[in-house]
Amino acid sequence: MLGKTAGGLYWMFRFLERSENTARLVEAGFRIALTRSKDPASEWKSVVTTAGVRSSYDAKYDGYMAANVVDFLLRDTTNPSSVISAIEKARTNARMVRTALTTEVWEAVNESWMGLKEALKKPIRETELPAVLGEIRRHSALVRGAMQGTMLRNDIYDFTQIGTVLERADNTARIIDVKYYTLLPTASFVGSALDNVQWETILRSVSAHRSFRWLNSDEMTPAAVAEFLILDSRFPRSLSFCSRILEENLNYLAKDYGIRLPCHEMIDAQRDKLRQQTIDTIFDEGLHQFITAFIRDNNAIGQQIEQDYRFIG
Amino acid sequence: MPSERQYFDEMLLGSDNVRVPYAEYQKWFANEDPTRLSKKSKEAEAFFRRTGITFNVYGQAAAQERLIPFDLIPRIIANREWTKLSKGIEQRVQAINAFLHDIYHRQEILRAGVVPVELISRNEAFLPQMIGVTPPGSVYTHIVGTDIVRTGEDDFFVLEDNARTPSGVSYMLENRETMLQMFPELFSQIKVQPVSDYPKNLRRSLAACAPDNCTGKPTVAILTPGIHNSAYFEHSFLADQMGVELVEGHDLRVVDGHIAMRTTEGYKVIDVLYRRVDDDYLDPLNFKPESMLGVPGIMDVYRAGNITIANAPGTGIADDKALYSYMPEIVEFYTGEKAILKNVQTWRCSETDSLAYVLEHLAELVVKEVHGSGGYGMLVGPAASKKELTSFAAKLQKNPSNYIAQPTLSLSTVPIFAKKGLAPRHVDLRPFVLVSPKGISITPGGLTRVALKDGSLVVNSSQGGGTKDTWVLED
Repeated sequence: MLGKTAGGLYWMFRFLERSENTARLVEAGFRIALTRSKDPASEWKSVVTTAGVRSSYDAKYDGYMAANVVDFLLRDTTNPSSVISAIEKARTNARMVRTALTTEVWEAVNESWMGLKEALKKPIRETELPAVLGEIRRHSALVRGAMQGTMLRNDIYDFTQIGTVLERADNTARIIDVKYYTLLPTASFVGSALDNVQWETILRSVSAHRSFRWLNSDEMTPAAVAEFLILDSRFPRSLSFCSRILEENLNYLAKDYGIRLPCHEMIDAQRDKLRQQTIDTIFDEGLHQFITAFIRDNNAIGQQIEQDYRFIG
Repeated sequence: MPSERQYFDEMLLGSDNVRVPYAEYQKWFANEDPTRLSKKSKEAEAFFRRTGITFNVYGQAAAQERLIPFDLIPRIIANREWTKLSKGIEQRVQAINAFLHDIYHRQEILRAGVVPVELISRNEAFLPQMIGVTPPGSVYTHIVGTDIVRTGEDDFFVLEDNARTPSGVSYMLENRETMLQMFPELFSQIKVQPVSDYPKNLRRSLAACAPDNCTGKPTVAILTPGIHNSAYFEHSFLADQMGVELVEGHDLRVVDGHIAMRTTEGYKVIDVLYRRVDDDYLDPLNFKPESMLGVPGIMDVYRAGNITIANAPGTGIADDKALYSYMPEIVEFYTGEKAILKNVQTWRCSETDSLAYVLEHLAELVVKEVHGSGGYGMLVGPAASKKELTSFAAKLQKNPSNYIAQPTLSLSTVPIFAKKGLAPRHVDLRPFVLVSPKGISITPGGLTRVALKDGSLVVNSSQGGGTKDTWVLED
C-alpha cells in the first residue's frame, strides 16, 4: 500500500472520530447546562477546553454563551476541530484514498458529508440541537457499520483502526485531564451534589453514564469513575481498551509485513505500563501526571507510526 | 441560434417515425409513463452525487464539485455504422503512432514535404527531449479519444484526435451502469454491446507495453495531479477498477535507475505509469522547473528504457489543431490508403489567404486556439455578439498562427428527455481506443456528449454539456 494511502486512511478515521467526539462533548455540555448546573457558562468553558480549542475560541468570543460554543464546535469552519471541519477533512482524505475503500464505506462518508453540510448550513437553534446531534451520531454509526461489514481485514483496515483508537484515547485522556481535580479522592466536595454532576458530565462526554451504572450498580465514587475510564478493558473508550486495540492492529501490521518497527516497542511499553497499574498506584503517582504522560506517549506513538509506515516522504 | 435550420436527428424521422437503430427502443419508450421517467432521472442524479461522480470546474471556487448532467435517452448506433467508424478510427490511430515515431526519428514526412517543417520545429507540443527515443513496444498513444461528429446518414467527421490524455471514459462506464440499474428490462429486450471490460482491457493493454527489461508481472500505476484536478474522480475510478495504485508526484522517486513508489513497506518499482499529468509538469528537471506534480528525473529513467509512460511524452504534437488539417495526408502517407474518416474543412490562420477569408466570414465560423482544449478560448461565430466578433478579430490579427477556423458544422442531434418531452440537442462522440504492441482495441460506443441548451453546439462538460449512454447494437 502507498504510504500516502496509509496516512490518508489514518487521518480519515481520526477526523471521523473527532467529529463524533466533538458532537458528544456538545451533547454532554448541553444536557448538563440544561438540567443540572447552576453555572452553565463554566460548563461550556470546560467543554471548549476539553475540545482543545480554548485559545481560538477566546480569540473570537467573550464569555461562554451556549449558542456561541455550540456554533463554534459544530459549524465554524475556522475551527479545525469543529464537526463540519472534521467531516470535511475526513471526506477529503476519503477521496484521496478512494481506491482503498469499499463503495459502501465511501458512500457512507460522502453521504455524511452531504448530510452534515446541509444540517449545519444555518446556525442551530436550541430546539433543533438534539436532532442535529442525533444526525451526526447516526452518520458516524453508518460509516462504522459499513467498515465492519464490508472491508477486508488487511493493512487498510489496520490503519483505520489505528487512527480511530489513537484519536479516541486522546479524547478520553483530555476529558479526564480537564476534570481530573473532580476525580481526586481528596476533592473537597466529595459527597456533595456537585461532584455527582461533575462525574456525570464526564461519563456523558464519553457516552458511558449508562454502562457505568450497570457495571457499578450506581456506586459513583471518583476512584470508580477514574478506573472505569482508564483501566476498564470492557469499555470501548477507556485508555486501556484503546491501547489494546492499537497494540492488536500494530501487531497485525508487523505480521503482515514481516517486520517490527520502533512503534511496536513504544506500544509494548505503554501496554506494560497500563497492565501494571491499578487505580491506587495511579492516584499515588498523581492522576494529573499520569494523564499528561499518557497524552504525550499517545501522541509520540502516533508520530512514530507516521514515520515507520512512511505516511509522508 | 437559427432554429429553422434542419439538422440530422439520429432518432426521429419526422413526428412519429424513428430511424431503424431506434426502432426497438421506441417501442419501449412509447409505453413508458413520463412521470416515471422523470422520477428515474432524479434518482440518477442522486446516485451520481452519492457515489461522488463529480468533476471540478476551474475558476469556480464556491461550487467546486459539479455533476455532469446525465440524460436518460440513449444514443444508439447501428452495428453497421460502428463497424465503419471503428475501422476509420483504427486507421487514424495507426497513422498517428507511425507519424509520432517518424517525427521523433527520421522525419520522412517532413523530407517528403507532406507536412511543413515549421509546423513541427516551431511547435510547443514538439518535445526535442523525445528525439531518438523509442518508447517500449513503439507505442506512443496508449490511450486515444477520437472526437467524432456526425452531420448526416453517412457523414462522420473527426473533430479532434486527443492523443494526450483524453478523459471521460469513467462517464462512459458509469452511464452504462446507471442505465443498467434504472432500466434492466431494456437490456434484456435490446442487445447492446457491453463496455464494462474497459478497465480490464486498459490494464492488460498497459501491461503489454511494459519495458523489455521488466520480467514478471508489470506493476502499473496511475499518476494524478491530485484531488483538486478536474478529472480526479476519473483517475481514482480507473485506479480502483483496474486494481492499481493511484500515485501523485510526491509518492514517487528515482531508486536505482527506476521509478518507485513509497509504500508502507518501502519503495516499490513501477513499470508502467499511466500519467494524467501534462508533459510540461512531468519532470521538473527536464521541463517546467517549478512543477510539483511530476517526478524529478523521470525523463532520464524513461530514456534509459526503465519505465513506460502512457501516453508517451510529446504525443501532443499529433493532436495539435494546426497539424489536424494535414491528417488526411498523414493517414495516406503512413498507411498507403485514403483516410476512411473525413476531416472537417480547416483554415489555418497562419496562411495569409486563409486569414483574410476567416476574418471576412468570422460570423459563420468556429475559431479555435491551436493548443486549446475543453472549449476554452474558442469563438462560435454564429452565436457570438457583434462586440465579441470585433474583439476576437483583433486577437486573431495579432497572433494569427495561434488559430484555426472551421465551418460551423450542422452537428447531428439526439433527443434529450426534457420537461416537455423529447427535445433534439446536438451531440458528439468520443470513442476510447487502446493501443499496445498486440493491437488496437476500441470499446464499442464511447462517451456521447450533448449540448443541453437548445441550439447550442458546445458539448464540453466545462461549458454546461451533459452526457448520454451510448449503445452500439449487436448484429
